[in-house]
Amino acid sequence: MSMELRTSPHLISDRSVERIMKHVVLSLLPICAFSVWQYGLSALALLLVVTATCLLTERLLNRASGQASTLNDWSATITGILLGLTLPPAFPLWMGVVAGFVAMAIGKALFGGLGNNVFNPALIGRAFVQAAFPVAITTWVPAFSAQRFSEFVPTTLTAPLMMPPDIVGWVKQQGVDAFTGATPLARWKFENVTASAHDLLTGVVTASAGETSAILILLCGLYLAARKFMDWRIPVAVLASAAFTAWMFQLYDPTHYPAPTFVLLSGGLMLGAVYMATDMATSPVTPVGVWIYGAVIGVVTVMIRYFGGLTEGVMYAILLGNALTPFIDRYTQPRVFGTRQRRKS
Amino acid sequence: MRLPFFHRAATFEHGIHPVYHKETGALPIRRFPFAPKLIVPLSQHIGKPALCCVSVGQEVLRGEVIATADGTMSLPVHAPATGVVEAIGLMPAANGKMVESVTIRVYEADGQEVRVSAPRDIEAMDKEELLAAIQQTGISGLGGATFPAHVKLNPPADAVIDTLVVNGAECEPFLTCDHRVMVERTQDLIRGIRIAMKVSGAPRTVIGVEDNKPDAIAAIRAALPADGSITVQALETKYPQGAEDTIIYALLGREIPAGQRPASIGVLVNNVMTLAYLGRLLPAGEGMVERVLTVAGPAVKKPGNYIVPIGTPLRFVLEQAGARSSAKEIILGGPMMGMTVSSLDVPVTKGTSGVLAFAESTVEAQRTYACIKCGECVNVCPKFLNPSQLGLLAAKREYELMAEQFNLDRCFECGCCSYVCPSHIPLVQQFRIAKAVNREKAAA
Repeated sequence: MSMELRTSPHLISDRSVERIMKHVVLSLLPICAFSVWQYGLSALALLLVVTATCLLTERLLNRASGQASTLNDWSATITGILLGLTLPPAFPLWMGVVAGFVAMAIGKALFGGLGNNVFNPALIGRAFVQAAFPVAITTWVPAFSAQRFSEFVPTTLTAPLMMPPDIVGWVKQQGVDAFTGATPLARWKFENVTASAHDLLTGVVTASAGETSAILILLCGLYLAARKFMDWRIPVAVLASAAFTAWMFQLYDPTHYPAPTFVLLSGGLMLGAVYMATDMATSPVTPVGVWIYGAVIGVVTVMIRYFGGLTEGVMYAILLGNALTPFIDRYTQPRVFGTRQRRKS
Repeated sequence: MRLPFFHRAATFEHGIHPVYHKETGALPIRRFPFAPKLIVPLSQHIGKPALCCVSVGQEVLRGEVIATADGTMSLPVHAPATGVVEAIGLMPAANGKMVESVTIRVYEADGQEVRVSAPRDIEAMDKEELLAAIQQTGISGLGGATFPAHVKLNPPADAVIDTLVVNGAECEPFLTCDHRVMVERTQDLIRGIRIAMKVSGAPRTVIGVEDNKPDAIAAIRAALPADGSITVQALETKYPQGAEDTIIYALLGREIPAGQRPASIGVLVNNVMTLAYLGRLLPAGEGMVERVLTVAGPAVKKPGNYIVPIGTPLRFVLEQAGARSSAKEIILGGPMMGMTVSSLDVPVTKGTSGVLAFAESTVEAQRTYACIKCGECVNVCPKFLNPSQLGLLAAKREYELMAEQFNLDRCFECGCCSYVCPSHIPLVQQFRIAKAVNREKAAA
């Protein structure tokens, strides 16, 4: 009998990186399905191409650095799906490939891979294409167009290194009359028209592939939080602080500033709060730090939306939060047991 | 998160809920036969080893002193069986070190009754006499800490002890020997508590028992004296409920200041088994020759709680309990804090609370990833440390920084962080190394 020698503990829980990541992927599938149902083939192709690019890039960089494959930790899959969900549904596929490559190569591998990255890789990819392709990333298509399952939006199949064609004619041909090509946030910002809370909740609006149905994202997030695959405090902090900030502004000037519900439900805030801000590697680990981090993201999002040049603010707010994470962690170390100040009596 | 209104059992913050495997808690304590040879180490306690007072070839009676205490921080050792001293010399102990030990060849035909006894009237004894008598029993902390009982029950002169905490949490998975002792030896326990209260001057006692042992709580409650000086309190079933810091916090809401002992906040903590043996041995004037321990684990056919003579080789223990040939990892104590042994020829000692046999390790099969900063370890550390940060520093060998800025020395190595880590980083194992390196540096 040969004895195994090891130091305690001799038991470990059934939690594992693979298991956590796998459940995040699972919880994203309903959101993907909704997006495909809404936008059809183009959204499906975009999600698949971006995810495949992320996986391929991860694998190539593994090989280049002489590492074992890290595909089975599922983190590259998550980045791919999330990135795909943040892009407009008819985003040219070749640009999606660029976004995926940048996300994995610059957003993740450059820092040393899973756990060592400072910024959310999906958002790095998205930020890059936002700068590189400003027109394509603000070109939206109507949801539920009649031929969405039989033909691609023309922009989707743009040849590599080419700029996408104008789709105004295509949209008219689809028989969509009142399509303005603007997201609810843009319509509010430039036309001061707010979408109804009902439309925003259910997601029947013009937007990125995955930022449409707030209620679906919330439900998927609830599943993750309930199974403890996500820190529920982060989305709560982000949404609460964004709502509070919006509410303060509305109190100050109700004619100019929209209701907190509009701020919460429009744009990428819900997807960002539930799936991006909660990225474990780039958010604080300390309980107090998590609240501060979430609050910063919520406030900055509203500030950018109200006062910035962009209609959306979530991406930059989260990247800023990521940048602050090491600093927040450093100054919010938990109070060690046994160091409570004893009352002087 | 803790919701006060849904919460009846006392507890501490953080901690983990491993699968408990307390199946042996329903089985009555049974007695083991004597092994043909017993190996009795002379150092089964923290402090100076005992001085051998027998010679090779000498006959010894079960219960007879074979080594005397060498000063205050030492305990005598009693012969666990009647037989003949076959050898005296260095023998391997469970931790792999060589320890001066007495090997006794057991007389098989002997009835093995304890023949040395001089009953005492504990009511008539004063504190000093009781302390001396406690030392003579040879009892060290039977929960595994092996601190001499007479030293632990005699706090520094400037400390005023207001509460004796009796630790019946038994929060380690698999172990149920404390549980059975509470059920079957309740009177011994109460007697032991009385002695401990008299010696330490504590006016009241709180017995903390995890709520997965309702029969133990009921048995104790039925035996409590009417004067209300001793109470029993249900604790939430959670690991490490039975650590000194956590059980004091759970029962009394007091935090032991960092780096200090419980006595500094007026508390003494003793394990239930220790006090049950005290209550049994002291009035009878006997020494510690055997103990109750749990033999369990997936690779054991007849798991249970057994009375095992001190010095019984683990090989004999496992044979008696029907260890499967697949047994590969043998753990002394519980799976969370116990240690594995390299040899089955090492003996059971006073501090052995369990012998667990596992066929395969769940720990080794897992792939290790980089820290993904999920914060789970921060959420479970009962000391409110930041194991994630400590782990990142340990990987860079920044051991001094770990101690200076991140309270490495507060870690009491419960292993909750390693248990929950989804990246399977051996956190507490790294912390042990870091502490050892720092100790060596400080000593140099």
